[in-house]
Parts: sequence; C-alpha cells; structure tokens
Amino acid sequence: MLLLICPVCGAEGDETDFQYGGEAHIARPASSTPEAVSEADQYAYLHVRANPKGLHHEQWLCARGCGKWFNATRDTVTMEFKAFYKMGEKPPRTPRTRSAKP
Amino acid sequence: MSRYSIVSLARNALNYHKGWEEAWRSPEPQPEYDVVIIGAGGHGLATAYYLAKEQGVTNVAVLEKGWLGGGNTGRNTTIIRSNYLQPESIALYELARSLYETLSQELNFNIMFSPRGLLNLCLTEHEVRVFRRIVEANRIAGLDVRFLDAAQVKQKVPIINNSRAARYPLLGALYQPRGGTARHDAVAWGYARAADALGVDIIQNCAVTGIERRRDAVSAVETVKGKIKTKKVAVVAAGHTSVVMDMAGVRMPIESVALQAFVSEPVKPMLDVVVMAGAVHGYVSQSDKGELVIGGGADAYNNYSQRGSPPALEHTAAALLELFPCFSRMRMLRQWGGIVDMSPDRSPIMSETDVKGLYVNCGWGTGGFKAIPGSGFVFADTIANERPHPIAEPFGINRFAAGRIVDESTAAAVAH
Ligand SMILES: Cc1cc2nc3c(=O)[nH]c(=O)nc-3n(C[C@H](O)[C@H](O)[C@H](O)COP(=O)(O)OP(=O)(O)OC[C@H]3O[C@@H](n4cnc5c(N)ncnc54)[C@H](O)[C@@H]3O)c2cc1C
Ligand SMILES: [Zn+2]
Repeated sequence: MLLLICPVCGAEGDETDFQYGGEAHIARPASSTPEAVSEADQYAYLHVRANPKGLHHEQWLCARGCGKWFNATRDTVTMEFKAFYKMGEKPPRTPRTRSAKP
Repeated sequence: MSRYSIVSLARNALNYHKGWEEAWRSPEPQPEYDVVIIGAGGHGLATAYYLAKEQGVTNVAVLEKGWLGGGNTGRNTTIIRSNYLQPESIALYELARSLYETLSQELNFNIMFSPRGLLNLCLTEHEVRVFRRIVEANRIAGLDVRFLDAAQVKQKVPIINNSRAARYPLLGALYQPRGGTARHDAVAWGYARAADALGVDIIQNCAVTGIERRRDAVSAVETVKGKIKTKKVAVVAAGHTSVVMDMAGVRMPIESVALQAFVSEPVKPMLDVVVMAGAVHGYVSQSDKGELVIGGGADAYNNYSQRGSPPALEHTAAALLELFPCFSRMRMLRQWGGIVDMSPDRSPIMSETDVKGLYVNCGWGTGGFKAIPGSGFVFADTIANERPHPIAEPFGINRFAAGRIVDESTAAAVAH
C-alpha cells in the first residue's frame, strides 16, 4: 500500500485516493511544424520510459482531494516516497540510485 | 538424459526412487558461447531449446540470476488461449497453443496441458460486439472459437451468477474449446531438461551485471561469475528488461508493474473450464488439487518489489464474488506477485536491435505464459538466421516509431 501526501492541498491517503500518471518530466518535442519532429523523437516521447529499479520521478492526481496533478519521487523497490513536489517544479536533489541489484 | 517412461518409473520404484538422476546439470560457465541468453524463464529456456533442436546451435548458455522458472513463469495463473483479434497475434499465439498440444511428448516431460475450454465472458454490450468480431477474425484464421449466449454459458458454468439484477449481467461469452491451462513449473523444467540434454549450459545464481559493446556490436557479458565472451546476446528478462537493456545502452518502451494472483483452499470439483471476465478484472480456474486459481488486473504504478498491493487484490476478489457468490465463504491460502513487462500496445517485442548481436524478447506483460513455445520457436530462428522469423517480424521494436502497433489492448480489452 502506498501512502501519499498532496503537496498542493495537503491531503493524505493511500493509492486509492490518488491516481497514477506515469513518469514525470517527459517533454513533448517542441516544434511549430509537427512534421519536423523526427520519428525517433516522437517515439521517445510517446513510448520510451526510464522504468528505473530505484528512484522514479512520477505524476499523481489528487483524485479525492483538490483535483490537481503533482509530482513525486518514489523508490520502485521499497515503495517509499522520497519527495512530493508541485507541477512545474524540478525534482529535489536525490542521490542517483540507478540501481539496486540488477 | 535418461527417458521418463512407465518402465523407468517402475524400475526406480523397485529401487526406492534412489536412482533418479538430476534433471539438468549445474555447470560452471565456459569462457565463450555462440549465444548467451539472459533470463531462464519459460521464454529464455524455450529459445535455448529450439536453438539447439531446430537450429543446431548448441554452444548456448542461459544465465539466470535466481533459480530457473522463478520469475513470472513460476508465478502465473497458466491460462492458455489464442483467441486474439489481430492476425499477427493469432498467428503467434496459435502456433504456441498448438505446440502445447504435443509438448509433453516433445520434451518427454509431463507439462499437464489441459485444454479444458476457456470462456471470455461478455458482461457489457461493448464486449458482445468486440467478442463477436473476434469470433469472426478467429474463424477466418481457422481457429475453433465460438460465441455462446448466456444460457449456454450457464450450462457450462452452473455456479455462475446469471441474475438479471447483477450489476454486470451475463450476456454471453467467447468460447475457445481448446484453450485451457498447463503446469507452469513443468514447462520451465521440461524445456530446461531437454535443452540441457542437447548441450545447453543453464547457469543459475548467475546475475548479469553488464553487457560489453565493441563499437556497434556486443562482445561479452559481465556476470557475478566473471566475464563471458559472445557475439550474440538475447535479453529475455521480463520485468527486468529495462535494467538489463540499459547495460547495453538501449532504452526501452517498457514499464514494469506488479501483477498478483491468489489461490483458495482446495474444494471438490466445481468449475471445469477457465472463466475470464475482463470487464470486472477477474478470472478463475480450478487446479487439479481443487484450489481455485484467481487473478485480476495489474497494479497501476512502476514496481520492482515482486509484491502487489492490497487494493488490487480486493478489486479482484470483489469481481469474482459478483460472478460466483458461492465463493464468499472460501478461505484464500496464499497470494503472490510477479513483475510484468508492459509494452505500449500490450503486444510482445521479439526483435533485433540497433546493436549488432543484441536481441530482445519482452513485453509479454500479463499474458506471456501461453506464448512460451511459439515465442521460443520463432525467436531461436530469428537469432540463428539473423533476420526476423515471419511470425516475429510484426513484433519488431521498430514498430512503435513506424506507427505499426499490434494493438491488443483496446482490441481484446482483457489481460492474460
Ligand atoms: C500473477 C501473474 C499471472 C499471470 N497469468 C498468466 C496467465 O494466466 N497466462 C499467461 O499466458 N500469462 C500469464 N502471466 C504472464 C506470464 O507469467 C509471463 O508473461 C511469462 O511467464 C514471462 O516469461 P519470461 O520467460 O519472459 O519471464 P520470467 O519467467 O520472469 O523470466 C525472466 C528471468 O530473467 C531473470 N533475470 C532478470 N534479470 C536478470 C539478470 N540481470 N541476470 C540474469 N537473469 C536475470 C529473472 O530472474 C527471471 O527468471 C502472468 C503473470 C503473473 C505475474
Ligand atoms: Zn490535493
């Protein structure tokens, strides 16, 4: 069971009170002419995911609280949240743990 | 390998069963192999077996960080079916299903294939339309798949709740008479024993920690048992695909999430078909021991813990109780989770990569047990001949950039 705290309204709850929104900080390849975006960039944007074994920056929706999306940093092995932060903010500095044991 | 038979059983019985030899060796790794397979799940082991048997490539190692079959292959609910919608999927899953029919004989190992029939229930009008379409798609491909109305379903599954007052009333089902189950461990063990007999080295407790590249080609793998040279690496690591491919510098369109299952106490026979209900996220079959084997939907979020969360279990239990009110007082014996590798279109990836000699087989997600023989067969052919087998070709990793997805997520709307 995950325990979350919304950084916008302060609501606390478990994963049934919130909704998962996948990896955070994925920027859409910007272009005023969509056809100028390469297939590789579009593929990376749509489908490629870091999927780390360790710290993951991800998006959550405060579904039963204020209704806002926010970001969180969670360890995908221990399920422990290391930080909750608002949309538009940079992830807090955390030690690079791109891997527990493979 | 000494053959298993009624004669060997009798001979060993007279000897108080002290004479059985080990089913496979536990060799130390050689310095170099023609092909190194990372991951001794069903798909890795089947690939090794067909490399040796069909392609004559026997200088092969299968490296496993834990014990063989200890990943999702030993954690799944063993449902086998081929009633998919897209022609590419039908070709792949029906090849696998048909190989399962004779796999016990092929491997000289009883994998307990039980084609007891499989029902995908329709609980919404949308499902009725989708499943009727699947019936036609399957019949064009020559599969025996039929549509049953609610009364026919009730006949096959007398314990099902067909009350018109149900929140999701029973409207019919997609029925595949030759769908069913098999013993999951036996599939891993049977392939391991047969591959070992053909000379494949299966090396357990041997985690791969790095993949070495010389320019654009693989040259070796680093393991906890030292470096192993090879020109071909096949990554078949399911939930750990992203982690292992990252060692070769390849980023993947995969997300790892937990999928759980649980079994009840054993009871008298009450259900002799597999029943799946995609609309409510639950499915069930009864094992030979009498336990109900129950599964449902995956957890939503990325997870490497091999443990699922209680809300997902509760959701599955609620779905099953709605369909089978008579389960309500049964006790559940045990529950577990596996880390499944989800691809964007919910279809597998069996593919060459931009790195020469690096092959990947993953994305089986919640439903790859049923595909093991077919996947191993076409993937071995792909590796040996350095071009995709025709059945594997639509499942190349380049399909996402090209927009040629094999969409089974919206098509089938069911897991497994
Ligand atoms: C609860 C549950 C129910 C399921 N139900 C069904 C079902 O009813 N029907 C169906 O068809 N499918 C089902 N599935 C899916 C099915 O189990 C999988 O798709 C299938 O078993 C995948 O096989 P695999 O060989 O690819 O992976 P695995 O069996 O997981 O094998 C991968 C192996 O790679 C090893 N590995 C990982 N990293 C490394 C490393 N660095 N070095 C060395 N080895 C490594 C792992 O230890 C593991 O043994 C279910 C899955 C789960 C979890
Ligand atoms: Zn909030």
